[in-house]
Amino acid sequence: MKIDLTDTTASKINKALVQGRRAIGTPAVGMVLTMVIVTDEENAYDSIKAAEDASREHPSRTLVVIKRHARTLRDRTHSRLDAEVRVGSEAGTGETVVLRTYGEVSDHADSVVLPLLLPDAPVVVWWPVDAPDNPAEDPLGALAQRRITDLYAVEHPLEVLQTRVRHYSPGDTDLAWTRLTPWRSMLAAALDQARVQVTSAAVEAEAQNPSAELLARWLEARLDVKADRVVSGGPVVTAVRLGTAGGEIVIDRPEGPLATLTLPGQPPRTLALKVRPLSELIAEELRRLDADEMYAVALRGEGIKETV
Amino acid sequence: MTKTPAKAAGSAAPAGPRTPGPAEATRPPAASTRPTGTAGASGASGTAGGTEGSAPSAGGRRRAAAGSAASRKTGGAVPRTGASAPHDAGTAPKAPGGSAPEAGKAPARKKAPGGRGRVPVVPAAGWANPLRDGRDRRLPRIAGPSGLVIFGVTGDLSRKKLMPAVYDLANRGLLPPGFSLVGFARRDWEDQDFAEVVHDAVKEHARTPFREEVWQQLAEGMRFIPGDFDDDTAFKQLRDAVDELDASRGTGGNFAFYLSVPPKFFPKVVQQLKKHGLAEGPKGAWRRAVIEKPFGHDLASARELNRIVHEVFDPEQVFRIDHYLGKETVQNILALRFANQMYEPIWNRSYVDHVQITMAEDIGIGGRAGYYDGIGAARDVIQNHLLQLMALTAMEEPIAFDAEALLTEKLKVLKSVRLPEDLGAHTVRGQYAEGWQGGEKVVGYLQEEGIDPHSKTDTYAAVKLEIDNRRWAGIPFYLRTGKRLGRRVTEVAVVFQRAPHSPFDTTATEELGQNAIVIRVQPDEGMTVRFGSKVPGTSMEIRDVSMDFAYGESFTESSPEAYERLILDVLLGDANLFPRHQEVEESWKILDPIEAYWHEHGTPAQYRAGTWGPREADEMLARDGRSWRRP
Repeated sequence: MKIDLTDTTASKINKALVQGRRAIGTPAVGMVLTMVIVTDEENAYDSIKAAEDASREHPSRTLVVIKRHARTLRDRTHSRLDAEVRVGSEAGTGETVVLRTYGEVSDHADSVVLPLLLPDAPVVVWWPVDAPDNPAEDPLGALAQRRITDLYAVEHPLEVLQTRVRHYSPGDTDLAWTRLTPWRSMLAAALDQARVQVTSAAVEAEAQNPSAELLARWLEARLDVKADRVVSGGPVVTAVRLGTAGGEIVIDRPEGPLATLTLPGQPPRTLALKVRPLSELIAEELRRLDADEMYAVALRGEGIKETV
Repeated sequence: MTKTPAKAAGSAAPAGPRTPGPAEATRPPAASTRPTGTAGASGASGTAGGTEGSAPSAGGRRRAAAGSAASRKTGGAVPRTGASAPHDAGTAPKAPGGSAPEAGKAPARKKAPGGRGRVPVVPAAGWANPLRDGRDRRLPRIAGPSGLVIFGVTGDLSRKKLMPAVYDLANRGLLPPGFSLVGFARRDWEDQDFAEVVHDAVKEHARTPFREEVWQQLAEGMRFIPGDFDDDTAFKQLRDAVDELDASRGTGGNFAFYLSVPPKFFPKVVQQLKKHGLAEGPKGAWRRAVIEKPFGHDLASARELNRIVHEVFDPEQVFRIDHYLGKETVQNILALRFANQMYEPIWNRSYVDHVQITMAEDIGIGGRAGYYDGIGAARDVIQNHLLQLMALTAMEEPIAFDAEALLTEKLKVLKSVRLPEDLGAHTVRGQYAEGWQGGEKVVGYLQEEGIDPHSKTDTYAAVKLEIDNRRWAGIPFYLRTGKRLGRRVTEVAVVFQRAPHSPFDTTATEELGQNAIVIRVQPDEGMTVRFGSKVPGTSMEIRDVSMDFAYGESFTESSPEAYERLILDVLLGDANLFPRHQEVEESWKILDPIEAYWHEHGTPAQYRAGTWGPREADEMLARDGRSWRRP
């Protein structure tokens, strides 16, 4: 069920949510978090879809904040809030409110979002594009426990990565890091089997890939070795090589979902290592809502021995 | 000393909600000003990691253990309490340097004996994987290098549950690279034929979508051994296959043997495993046995079975599958009780009136006539599933969330169970008669194919038990199970006493029942709280309403199937969710006198299929002034 509200306020939206829930006959809700998506019109559809898919695992209220850019001066001075309330089958397992802001209210979107947050439940903010430089200081970001950015959606990922390092605060996370989980778990599993000390590391990836950079930094931090960044044809990360006394541990994924794992003294074997869709990444993000300390370690790429 | 940090860690999650909302807005800036501070503090465990081998793993392990315990306990409810977690995680590093390491050490020492298997590292000590860290919650619990050997691989359970579960685990990336699956059965198959069968089973029954690349990864490690259980050549072949897999797939000598065969074959199989040196792996490797119910049919046979299996496998390495314990909700009973503050204070004889534990099936015995006749509902269900549910509902708080501590507490409950003195008045058994079940005409038990028309086997059983301890003295636990009942449902209902005094007059509360907390185990996992509420209107009228929590995860592909969870736990060596032989034996001690009484007295009461059991069962509760819930 869908309710459209034009030139509205947060309290009218709240009323519409209750009304919507009543109408579909399920007034009790088991939603576990509020997800705030800050995006532009262009990326709204994909992100809402991903959030709705993820809501199957984490029933949530999704608030989509779309800042509209007015073309005429009159529209720019006139401030307006439109809302589209979706409940029931149209909103995954939770409810979705699409908020479109025009004019001045765009700078005060937090005042609209705050009254719509679920009581007591955690808040996650996700910027599919145009994330602020300092997510934690952003008015919307400040409402959240968890702030999700995406280095894949910026023009110069490696420069933005440095900005992220500077402004990191607990609760920040990035989808470029989330994308690495299968790689990292396979590398950890490979090392479980090899049980040897790693003396060198190399990450092969397409140029300017932020995930590869994070992976290299993580390996440097954890293994206390220098990780080489090797540019390959892609797509994304194509291989990781860990040098050991007995030979190389290699996970090689030239293309497609099949990777090859080579351990010293053992025949190569295949591994499934696919590139996951956005909805799976978001679902993974929502599984844990506390600060991702390992992301901080990887961001900074500090060696284990540096800190006291 | 050891207690304090553990307390602090334990209370971390529940403490969160106290933090008022506005604090959230102020927290991030404060946090952002100390990136270096965080680095220093969070590096604390990392530093230790660099200096020597064992210390970091201990610290890391503690955190990993705490993390996984918390995640396990709360299960799908994590996001709810998650509100608090960020604060705690954020504030923890702020603790003065002096106390933090202590907090890390003390529980580590405490955890060492029991908690080892829970951590996603290779169980063998002495080498810590630098890529693993307790703080790294994204890395899943991947089983170490290992393989699974399934005996009776052509059976129903294997095709419908085990093989799909193995595939789903692989699909979720939870199996180690090189994981191998060996099938053993009396079929004239090659490896490829076996792979074909697994392929079909997976396509039909797996919960996650079929992906060719995952399949390829699995198929490379599939072997099939044709043969009988007393065929020495077959076991020699199995031995060779295991050795070959160690060499070619890097399984590291770690194998679990899943005995998906009727119990009468257990002795044969385990003896063969021993004879061919399969029960003991190379140094540092593990060999585990996984067995399914029934674990005997009475105390004597259970002991005999345990003796046979333990002769070959160390008791710690024997995993008894009770698939109910792999269900999220069952694990959630522990989370509900021990991670929350609001239930435990009323979880005792002062507030609880009685507890009803129900497992109802709408199906008949199906094709299991041969197994079922002579066994019956009580032995089939009450002895294992219902007594386990009762133990989890009634037990005291375990000192830790590990196998040993859970066993201790469950055993205490099972040992304090007291049977009613008059078994005739407080136990009931029944047999379903012909009737209509959900719009379908079905035959009675005695008319089922392969059943002796004079059979006295129970298809319905209800018993009243009491637990003689301070918490539960005098509170009855009613356990019932049956086939061909109204619908398929399993639930634990804790029914509370009525308010001792009501300021409302009797007409106002006429329709008010007793408060209840109902934990639904299946089919739709969740929890219901029933309480009285004023009916809107000008008059004062109070009526029962239900508040429902449906498991957000239960309808997603992401929620693991019970077998998935249990197989992974076997490979990880995590015995939390597996009943130990002591529990099995205690359970038989409870049931044996009842079965003996039934054997001597009377015959099963008949109940029409599709109803909620025989009238005698209603009378049994009516005698105590109570009635069964309609689940």
